[in-house]
Amino acid sequence: MSLPTRKFDAVVVGAGGAGMRAALQLSEAGLKVAVLSKVFPTRSHTVAAQGGIGASLGNMGEDNWLWHMYDTIKGSDYLGDQDAIEFLCRMAPQAVYDLEHYGMPFDRNENGTVYQRPFGGHSSNFGERPVQRSVCAADRTGHAMLHTLYQRNVRANTVFFVEWMALDLIRDASGQVLGVTAMEMETGETWIFQARATLFATGGAGRIYAASTNAFINTGDGLGMAARAGIPLEDMEFWQFHPTGVAGAGVLITEGVRGEGGYLLNKDGERFMERYAPNMKDLASRDVVARAMATEIKEGRGCGKDADYILLKLDHIGVDKIEKKLPGIREIAKKFANVDPVKDPIPVVPTCHYQMGGIPTNYHGEVVVPGNGKDNNVVPGFYAAGEVACASVHGANRLGTNSLTDLLVFGKASGDSVIRYLKENPGHKDLPADAADYTMARLSRLDSQAGGESVFEVGAAMRRTMQAHCGVFRFPDLLTDGVKKIREIADRAARTEIKDKSKTFNTARIEALELDNLIEVARSTMVCADARQESRGAHDRADYPKRDDVTWLKHTLWYKDNDRLEYKAVNLKPLTAESFEPKVRSY
Amino acid sequence: MRFRIYRYDPEQDQKPYMKEYDVALEPSDRMLLDALVRIKASDDSLSLRRSCREGVCGSDAMNINGKNGLACITPLVELKEPVELRPLPGLPVIRDLIVDMSQFFKQYHSIKPYLQNSDPLPEKERLQSPTDREELDGLYECILCACCSTSCPSFWWNPDKFVGPAGLLAAYRFIADSRDQATNDRLDDLEDPYRLFRCHSIMNCVDVCPKGLNPTRAIGRIKEIMIKRMV
Ligand SMILES: Cc1cc2nc3c(=O)[nH]c(=O)nc-3n(C[C@H](O)[C@H](O)[C@H](O)COP(=O)(O)OP(=O)(O)OC[C@H]3O[C@@H](n4cnc5c(N)ncnc54)[C@H](O)[C@@H]3O)c2cc1C
Ligand code: SF4
Ligand code: SF4
Ligand code: FES
Repeated sequence: MSLPTRKFDAVVVGAGGAGMRAALQLSEAGLKVAVLSKVFPTRSHTVAAQGGIGASLGNMGEDNWLWHMYDTIKGSDYLGDQDAIEFLCRMAPQAVYDLEHYGMPFDRNENGTVYQRPFGGHSSNFGERPVQRSVCAADRTGHAMLHTLYQRNVRANTVFFVEWMALDLIRDASGQVLGVTAMEMETGETWIFQARATLFATGGAGRIYAASTNAFINTGDGLGMAARAGIPLEDMEFWQFHPTGVAGAGVLITEGVRGEGGYLLNKDGERFMERYAPNMKDLASRDVVARAMATEIKEGRGCGKDADYILLKLDHIGVDKIEKKLPGIREIAKKFANVDPVKDPIPVVPTCHYQMGGIPTNYHGEVVVPGNGKDNNVVPGFYAAGEVACASVHGANRLGTNSLTDLLVFGKASGDSVIRYLKENPGHKDLPADAADYTMARLSRLDSQAGGESVFEVGAAMRRTMQAHCGVFRFPDLLTDGVKKIREIADRAARTEIKDKSKTFNTARIEALELDNLIEVARSTMVCADARQESRGAHDRADYPKRDDVTWLKHTLWYKDNDRLEYKAVNLKPLTAESFEPKVRSY
Repeated sequence: MRFRIYRYDPEQDQKPYMKEYDVALEPSDRMLLDALVRIKASDDSLSLRRSCREGVCGSDAMNINGKNGLACITPLVELKEPVELRPLPGLPVIRDLIVDMSQFFKQYHSIKPYLQNSDPLPEKERLQSPTDREELDGLYECILCACCSTSCPSFWWNPDKFVGPAGLLAAYRFIADSRDQATNDRLDDLEDPYRLFRCHSIMNCVDVCPKGLNPTRAIGRIKEIMIKRMV
């Protein structure tokens, strides 16, 4: 069966920071673009980013992109590709200036330049001491950035398809990508969006875990669509647990709190980070801080009656500074933790936050897969940027502020790549006759399913399993058992049943389709984590406590088909700078 | 905990009705949204928008016991039972608690919500003093949830002609920005019996804004500048 079709030069799936930055590039170039989003653009999860955007502007003292590059590579535990990281750090300042020119309400210094705050893992002179590199708008940086990008897109007359959910990627026999199928939520109608270029900017998938800083809509749709279409996912074992999620609620407390002078305490009132990272202390890399906290809790030095959280103290910063620089945090602490941080510390725990892995791309935002004897063959017509992509600039552990930078730099770069590609490849290719069959089969399965489990139950089982089997510390038996369990849950997910059959804004159907994507992410995470026999960055295994550069300095590629794994080399060769050789990592 | 929730699916229901729910909550359910997620787990047909669950995305605005607010940051302990939930007033209902927000966004777009400045771009950032930047506090934080505009009687009567509190707050956000050069055009556009002057300072908007913003004050400022410009 076929579906009604709309034709565009390019389709961008996702209207968060990455999608809107890319869309702006395309609209301003006068192309016919459709931007699809499950939610009104300013409701995308970029809106929740708090702390800042990393760029070596040097407004607060000396800084340069090479230092930023070093910090990012070290932060990545040497798994990041150094060509992409050089590109990120060199382009970052211009990306921030562009945003300022668009009207972003950045915090300012007395001399009128943009203010910058310290952030975890960012240092001056190759790790010597913390540096002020993060530009921000109080603790609402993501909100200010996302709204600014939306506003600029309004000016550029970008065409948004709001509350349209992309369902599957369309590829022809040669593997070329020709668009997506998508459902309009309000009517329940499904269409083909045919495009000469398709760009995924669908964001993260933090909802595979029970405790997460992520929004409900962060369900890894881009990853699920890519995996089902035969594209491998890269480095899915690497998930960042943010040190400071509000205990019990998951809502994030930005690292900016520690940047502005806050610190962590155990039950003895000890500032324990001094033991784990004498130099950078509370501003060490996130994986290091999260592990230190988990260790404190494991060894019985957690706070509260169950000794299961850590305290984040910031009252000493003073009411004025808190009101000026961290007003949103005060609001969140009062609402979700019942404490006013100008008086009392906030109970926090490491919480799932960010996926370092994703759809493999090069630093142009082109999707690349192994084939023809090469690691990185471009998939014609397919691009990815933002959290869904793996360039890989974050490697095994992302530095705070580097994601927003990533959205801006690679959003723009992928937009530019699409423009180039469209120039060289005029005209639409024909759609294969079965372009919509897969999507239609999924939808009719869901509509006719009887006697299946509810989406809520299966989703809860997945979240619990990920939380228990694949957290901050990973154990061999739990991982092996986790793979078995998650495969069983994947089978259950293929038989979910929804009671609501209405076509009008059927959110039950949407959640069922989202679960199809989440489950691919969960499965790939567990399988990749089980396979990687070393500890690197955010992946910490009890049975292999050390990093192993001889065997494991390589990227994982997971294919949905039979959970097949391949590996590819890390690119240690920057574009122009000297290569940074792997070293022991200490903060 | 007991709830009465507005239900309407145009495919099946002749007209809207209120459905009663009695749900057993867990201790971890603190906010109204937690309760709604729990209700939806047993009745998957209940439709609402939600995303961030922390009051920054603006998705889950609804009318809660007669007052507009965000479900995700409304503590359950503060609510009188049965908790009565309705869609935002004054906008067409698509289904259950989901309203059609086109009119609201159209008004937002009508004020040209983007920075206008035709000077040649500097190589780095434009400079702005901290004092000038402070002018934007209390304005740029709007999350476009529509709690304000849908509690404003003037917006109910003239949603096509009156910009409404959210749109006017955004207009003033750009007028107040030392980097924006279009103040005169912006004022010209608003100098109209409907677009700006339908606001009669009823203050409902201020009362409901979940971000603690004050559209009435912004509207007052625009009027002041307009008067100054005339003399
Ligand atoms: C609470 C929090 C705070 C953070 N703070 C910082 C920070 O201070 N600094 C920093 O650098 N990083 C921060 N991060 C990380 C960073 O915010 C995210 O990685 C980043 O915003 C992701 O942006 P994105 O554009 O890739 O995706 P998103 O902003 O998540 O956007 C995804 C878009 O894709 C759309 N979409 C998804 N699936 C579909 C589909 N099937 N069909 C159609 N549309 C779809 C969505 O509607 C949305 O528009 C934070 C993250 C969180 C959770
Ligand atoms: S003050 Fe003006 S905008 Fe606000 S509710 Fe009243 S009439 Fe509407
Ligand atoms: S002004 Fe307040 S109530 Fe109105 S849309 Fe903005 S955040 Fe919502
Ligand atoms: S869910 Fe985002 S504001 Fe409530």
